[in-house]
Amino acid sequence: MEKVLMKGNEAIAEAAIRAGCKGYFSYPITPQSEIAEYMVRHLPEAGGVFLQGESEVAVGYMVLGAAGCGERVMTSSSGPGISLMSESLSFLAAQQCPAVIVNIMRTGPGLGGILPSQADYFQATKGGGHGDFRLLVLAPSSIQEAVEMVMEGFPLAEKYRNPVMILGDGLIGQMMEPVSFPEHLITRPSNKDAWAANGMDTRNSDKRNVLKSLSLDPDEMHEHNKSLQEKYDRMRRNEIRYKAYNLDTDYELLITCFGIMARVCGTVVDKLKEEGIEVGMIRPQSLFPFPEEAIRQAASKTGCKQVLCVELNMGQMVEDVEKAVQGACPVTWYGNAGGAIPPPKEIIAHIHSLLNR
Amino acid sequence: MGKAFKKAEALSDRPTHYCPGCTHGVIHRMVGEVIDELGIRGKTVGVAPVGCSVLAHEYFEFDFMEAAHGRAPAVATGIKRVRPDLNVFTYQGDGDLASIGTAEIIHAANRGEKITAVFVNNAIYGMTGGQMAPTTMPGQRTTTSPFGRNVHDVGMPMRVSELLSALETPAYIAREAVIKPKYIMKAKRAIKKAFQYQMEGKCFSLVELVSICPTNWGMTPQNSVKWAEEILLLYYKPGEYKLPEEM
Ligand SMILES: Cc1ncc(C[n+]2csc(CCOP(=O)(O)OP(=O)(O)O)c2C)c(N)n1
Ligand code: SF4
Repeated sequence: MEKVLMKGNEAIAEAAIRAGCKGYFSYPITPQSEIAEYMVRHLPEAGGVFLQGESEVAVGYMVLGAAGCGERVMTSSSGPGISLMSESLSFLAAQQCPAVIVNIMRTGPGLGGILPSQADYFQATKGGGHGDFRLLVLAPSSIQEAVEMVMEGFPLAEKYRNPVMILGDGLIGQMMEPVSFPEHLITRPSNKDAWAANGMDTRNSDKRNVLKSLSLDPDEMHEHNKSLQEKYDRMRRNEIRYKAYNLDTDYELLITCFGIMARVCGTVVDKLKEEGIEVGMIRPQSLFPFPEEAIRQAASKTGCKQVLCVELNMGQMVEDVEKAVQGACPVTWYGNAGGAIPPPKEIIAHIHSLLNR
Repeated sequence: MGKAFKKAEALSDRPTHYCPGCTHGVIHRMVGEVIDELGIRGKTVGVAPVGCSVLAHEYFEFDFMEAAHGRAPAVATGIKRVRPDLNVFTYQGDGDLASIGTAEIIHAANRGEKITAVFVNNAIYGMTGGQMAPTTMPGQRTTTSPFGRNVHDVGMPMRVSELLSALETPAYIAREAVIKPKYIMKAKRAIKKAFQYQMEGKCFSLVELVSICPTNWGMTPQNSVKWAEEILLLYYKPGEYKLPEEM
């Protein structure tokens, strides 16, 4: 397949266009503004609509409106903007509207900084809005993977009628890599006549569709929440994705990490092997649903004495890893939340000290 | 014998939950009739607000979406941008449109979104039990202005139609009243015009409707009508504030 050298943000935009995105709404924020700058030039050529909204608050609801009438839609932002969208994410989930939301993370909290970060793990996986809802969260560790996750994001969002978030650290948006846009990931939008509020004539129907989340009856409200949970359970059964590395050895330590840190940690595993130290690694590609079972099994393997969760934040995924490991062995965190990416030798030194070498 | 009054097809049979004397029902009826007269029920999507009319979708017979408090114009923008062939309107109260949703309505108007906003100004927050709105009159008592709105503290009431008319982008902006039969024909004509402009792809349109909320004003419906006519209509003057031809 033909490969082209592209900046991550532009590749993400191109992937969305190829995946049939028909509406893209956003508000500028570093480090992802190139997505909008690419979209404004190329989405209309492909028959889609670009609009810069007045705020991320409004953008979230433009996505709701466009998704609610059945079109494939996307928005992109970074932490502060996603915070402003959190109300609309709750509404998207509640009204069961499929959409793809890209978060190219920067450091936080507050205004933070514009350097690469994984500061929004909690925000992405624990709701990031009010009420019992989940986003399906995918975390790419290369631009190729970001492209594929965006292309798969649209049909996944439709399959579950739920927003899908692509959670990329700043580097995914900013670096350049050769990418291809796999033909087999180009899908047709699903038929949404059963629920989309797109005008009765569009469906040749005299039955109207209403997208709502208000429910004043306690039984109805509980049933709605139950049906949402059943959907999230289906995601847990069907959509868990992860990559395992060096798990067929007698490793003493298991690394867990996601996104760009997996590339650094892959080097760490290789270098330690040269020294005669075996370290296993699991990289969740889906952060929700989380590969709990795989991590539990890997951490329970005879010989594995500890788990190290390496993140570009102060330790967020480490809580899910601890929950997965269920006390099989100690879980600790290593990382950086300032925007610097710890180099392999720093992580190796940390592992040496953990293993008393 | 034929029926003297035939319910619009665009309106549902479900009984409304509005208080006796409330004008929301009258406005629903006008919107429903206009949609029937224009024959656009099958290509209309309404966007409901958060406020007493949060259940508006129950009282119409066509597609609807709920928006969060104040965000209806953004939802309508999303619909209309990807489906310009649809007829899209928001139905919003004054807390929804003139307070929490000011950014959304101003920018939807300024971009010239081809949508229609039906704006119900009853000078109070109805649903939450009668708190002060940006449209509450000087001296008007509400649960959060128990001694009357103090304009030295919170400013004068906001005139949305005038405010939006200051924008350059072509628009149809009109204010009418729904408090007495004599105003209603004009109000309905304005709503119809607003939808027609949208269908012609001309402009953003908003019709502000001066309304009453007897329950939270603490008045009988009769006294509410009197107060609205004597106080509200002097400050919120009816008329067409902006026509698309002006551009
Ligand atoms: C984000 C948010 N803030 C506050 C509320 C509570 N709330 C519900 S309705 C309402 C006021 C509605 O008043 P108005 O728009 O004037 O409509 P009316 O009820 O008078 O028709 C408020 C503050 C909410 N639902 N959401
Ligand atoms: S509280 Fe006021 S606005 Fe709400 S239904 Fe009653 S009268 Fe109408």
